[in-house]
Order: sequence, then structure tokens, then C-alpha cells
Amino acid sequence: MANWKKLLSGTVLAVGLLSSQMSTAAHAADKVRIALLVKSLGNGFFDAAHKGADEAAKELGNVEVIYTGPTSTTASGQIDIINSLIAQKVNAIAVSANDGDALVPSLKKAMQRGITVISWDSAVAKPGREMHLAPSSDALIGNMCDKLAADALPGGKGDVAILSATATSTNQNTWIAEMKKALPKYPGVNVVTTVYGDDLADKSYRETEGILKTYPNVKVIVAPTSVGIVAAAQAVEDAGKVGQVFVTGLGLPSELAGHVDKGSVKSFAIWNPIDLGYAATTIAYELATKKAEAKPGAEIPIGRMGKTKLDENDQAAMADPFVYDKSNVHEFAKIF
Amino acid sequence: MTVLDTGPLPAEPAPRSARASGGSIPDRLEGRASRIFLRWEVLLLVLAAIVFAINSFASPYFLDPWNLSDATYNFTEKAMIGLAMALLIVSGEIDLSVASIIALASVAMGAAAAAGASVWMLVLIGLGVGLVAGAFNGFLVTMVGLPSIVVTIGTMSLFRGIAFIVLGDQVYNSYPAGFEWFGQGYVVWAFTVELVMFLVLAVIFGLVLQKSTFGRRVYAIGNNPMAARFSGIRVERIKFILFLLTGVMSGLASICLTSRLGSTRPSIATGWELEVVTMVVLGGVAINGGSGTILGVVIAAFVMGLVTFGFGLLNVPGIVMSIFIGLLLIAVIALPILFRRVMAARRSTRRVAA
Repeated sequence: MANWKKLLSGTVLAVGLLSSQMSTAAHAADKVRIALLVKSLGNGFFDAAHKGADEAAKELGNVEVIYTGPTSTTASGQIDIINSLIAQKVNAIAVSANDGDALVPSLKKAMQRGITVISWDSAVAKPGREMHLAPSSDALIGNMCDKLAADALPGGKGDVAILSATATSTNQNTWIAEMKKALPKYPGVNVVTTVYGDDLADKSYRETEGILKTYPNVKVIVAPTSVGIVAAAQAVEDAGKVGQVFVTGLGLPSELAGHVDKGSVKSFAIWNPIDLGYAATTIAYELATKKAEAKPGAEIPIGRMGKTKLDENDQAAMADPFVYDKSNVHEFAKIF
Repeated sequence: MTVLDTGPLPAEPAPRSARASGGSIPDRLEGRASRIFLRWEVLLLVLAAIVFAINSFASPYFLDPWNLSDATYNFTEKAMIGLAMALLIVSGEIDLSVASIIALASVAMGAAAAAGASVWMLVLIGLGVGLVAGAFNGFLVTMVGLPSIVVTIGTMSLFRGIAFIVLGDQVYNSYPAGFEWFGQGYVVWAFTVELVMFLVLAVIFGLVLQKSTFGRRVYAIGNNPMAARFSGIRVERIKFILFLLTGVMSGLASICLTSRLGSTRPSIATGWELEVVTMVVLGGVAINGGSGTILGVVIAAFVMGLVTFGFGLLNVPGIVMSIFIGLLLIAVIALPILFRRVMAARRSTRRVAA
């Protein structure tokens, strides 16, 4: 009997506590509530995006960010959360999808009930969202790779080699094509060869050794792959060519911080998750408050980052990939 | 009497005469167990009411029929499998391949839909794949004589593996119009097709387990397969039927889930087997077989659904939900054992005093 009483009083206490929480939730109801739904919780990349979202919320003023996601990266986990977000009548859902197709029916339902839905980072199929925000675009990535190479070349002039993933890799091939398209803007950059490391650490390492031997005039190696750039930096260090040959491209701060310290990598680029969370939240706010509309050709302001333009598929690219060097790589290495 | 026959001393069995006259003769043990589980359902119901009450207070959005209707989606498919799984576990077996059967059936339906199959063809294919997969499990367990936990861990990888080989990183998403009815439709008002289907099936399963000869045989097998066999029950046949049933229910869950998602990837329903087993055990079905009711499983399904939805409304991170369910499960398994021990201790002290 005593146990039952304890249980009962415990329940009453819990109910009391939770209902006091509810009243704060009711206060927040006047705010624009934006759910940042990520692939899974406990991922540094998304925690960084959350930081950006909070920054945007502070800037916009009357915004409450609900940062949420399933424990593991499953579509059904995200669907359960979408159902509860619909039930809470949030104003907007900004989602990085685990499965761009499976989320469509529940996100459609959200839109039918008047919720603004956008995807960011990992896209939802077109019928399930108003727009998609990609971290960057192929053209911007290609251009950035050229720019990084030019910056690393002494006097902006010299021979450059490209270390790619596989010869059939769609992403890398597109980016390299875009690099070549943008080359006229960087007259000093002379691309002498493209080799393929197949996104394997050991093969990328050997291909880099090959470049160093075959092309002694190569001053910069550009690797638009996170595996290749690490292997290339290692190979340059092992060959004792730090200071003569620089490695750059796309990679993760946590993997490259050490190589930046050693000097084989001066700078590299990758999308900035903080900016991505910031931009997604800002766009969700603009659309939910009807200040902007998602349609082909529309331009949507994204706060401190200027604005972005939607293409014919209602997709937009956020910005140039973000450049990391000695000044900031350690700060971001803690994040991703 | 002495305390000799009341303590749990399996290593040195009490003399025959003492056992026969002592407090632990089988019929009394069973009577006590059924009393515990009767209490168990009441406890579950109280738990459900508490969860419901807390949620209604905690979130202004909880008591909305449409929201509650949406919320049922987070357990209906798993609970359908849970009904058949309950029977299987009562009989002393288990099937851990159910989530992989969902994937295999979904891939088969996706391929058929891509080839232009009609809605009813897809339903037949979904149920058919479940039936065949269940038959395969049943064959290995009852005819080859392998332990079901080993067999179904194997087929868990096998069925999912086939789904991955067929589909790889691709997706099937061209389902015919009308197919979405199963996972997105409503029968009346806020009652979804899935919920109604689950409730109807629950009644049927409940009647089969609790009121039919078949059900009594299932209990008998779970309590003592040897005795069941000697009393003329065709143990293998009944177990085989239960595996078929579990397979078909997984096929049905696959139809609902595929219809709800409108697409198939080989990773569909990953990890669901443990959630189904959790639901069944939480419902008071003894994991070693022999006891449990469908009503318990149904209430457990609602408790899990309400907890998940309530936490979701408060934006509690998913990991907290997992911890809660885990603790609940441990409590569920521990409580009856502790209860039994306390009762035994009380009885022995009473006897000593007398």
C-alpha cells in the first residue's frame, strides 16, 4: 500500500512538473517554431548545424529552434518524429533526410497541414519539400578547387596535378569538369595530369608518389576527395617535400588539422555545417512567414550570407565551400 | 512442515514424497503464475492510463484525435507481427527474422510494382513472400530440428542480404494508385486502416490463443513440450503453423509499411525484430514460453506507442526513449521473478512461524 502511495505521489509530482513545462511551451507558441530534423543525434556535423540554427534564431528574434532527430539513421525514426512535429503544429520543418523517398508521404501530410517543409544537406524528393538547400554547387566547388590551387602556387603560377577518386565517380568527375571550365579565370594554373586513387588510402598514396616522381615541376596537388587529400598530404610529408609541394582540395578538418600543422596542407575547403544550419533556418523562417516563396527563379535572402537563387527543380546552392587554414582548422576539427 | 520444499534448490531435488505433498506441485504453480499475469495486465493498464494522463497534461497537442491517430502509426505494423510473435514465444520458440522478412517482401512487391503488377497482386506477393519465408524458418526448426533462435538469426541475415543484393543502393518507388490505402488510408473518421486491421486481428488472435483448442495446445507445448507430445499433441505441426503465421503477419506488416512509405529500400524496418520482441515481453508473455495473453500484448503496444509519441511531442531525444523502454523491459522481466520470490519468502516465514 505504501508503495502505491509513493507511486501516486510521484506521478502527481511528475504531472505537475510537466504541466509547468507546458505553460512555457504555450508561451513559445507565438514564436515561429522551426524544427531542424537531422539524420541522427550525436553527430558532430549536425551539432554544428544546430549551432548555426541557434545563431539564426537569435538574429531573427522570434524564432524557436527545435533540434531533433532519431537515435540511428533510419527513415522510420524520422517519420515518427515528423508525425510528432505535425502534431505540435510547428511552423516549419527543415530536414536532412535519411531516405529522400520514404519521407515524402509524411512530409506531404505536413505541407497539407500548412507546415513549411524544406530539405537541406541531404535532399528529399521534389514532391516532399518546397525547396532543397544544397551545401554548395558543382560549379562553385570546381571554382573553389582552382582558387585553392592558385593560392597555394608560389606567385599563383605553376604546374598542378589532380588526384581524384575513381574514374567513374560522378561527383569527382563533375567537379573536375567544372574546374577545367573555370580555369581561364586562373591563368597561372597549369593542370598537367589527373590520376585516380579510387578513394583508397594506399592507392591514393602510391599515385601521389607517382606524381612526385613523374612531374618534378608540380607544385600543387588538388584532391577533391576526403580520402585522397589525406593520403596525398602523407605522401608529400614522407617524401620530404613539405614546402615545395602543397596539397589542397576537399577534406575534413578533423583529418587534416595535423597536416596543416606539418605544412603539407596550407588550406582546403569543405562546406561549413554552421553556415548550413544558419541558412536552412533562415530560409525556413522566410518561407514560413511568407516573406519569400519557393518557386523556380526565386531569390531568398539568407541573412549574413547574402541570398540564394532557386533553379528549375527548386534547389539552391548555399555558397562557396568554406576555406579552412591554420587560423580556424583546429576549432572545426573538434566538430567534424 | 519444514522449509525444505519451499526454497529454490534445483541442484538437489526434494524427495518424491516431499514434492508431492509440498507447496510446489505443478497445478498450484500454474495457478500462481496466472494470478501474476492477471495482475500484470491490470498493472499495464494502469501504466497506460498514467502515460496517457501525463501526456495530456504535458502537451496541449496530445488530446487531438488526429494526432493520436497519426501516433498509432509508430506501433501498428510492429504490433501486427507482435500478435503472431506472442503465440510463437508462448510455444517456446522465437523468430528474429521478422524485420528481414519485411524487407524481402517489400523488395519483391517493389520489383513486381515496377513490372506493372496491380494492387491485389502486390498484396498476394507480400503475403506470399511472408508465407514462404515463415515456412523456411518453420522447416529448419521443426523438421531439421535446429534451435529457432539460431535459425532465425541466420535467416535474419539471409533475407535482408537477398534484399540488398536485389536492390543495392537503389529504390523502388513506383507503386500503383490505390496501394497507399493500406498505410495511409482511413476506415472511418480518424481510425486508420492499419489500426482497424490490427484491432480486428488482435481479437482473432486473442480468441485463437485463449478460447480454442489450438491455443490450449500452444500453451501446453510452451509449458512442457515433452508432456504435450505424450498427450497426443502434434508439437512440430503446431510450431510449423506458428512460424507460417509469423511469416504471413510480417508480410502484412510489409504491405502496410511499404504503402505508408511509398517506397522500398533494402534497409527498410531495420532493427524492428527487437522492438517486436520487446513489445511481446512487455505484454507479459514469458520469454521462456508457457504463459502470456494477447490482451497484454495489445496494451503493451499502446503503452509503447503512447510513450514514444508523448516523448516526441516534448521533443525528448530518441535515446531517452530507448533508455526508458529498456528500463521498462528489465522491470517487466524482473518484477514477476521478484514477486514470486517475495511470495515464497513470505510463505516460508509463515510456515516457520507455524
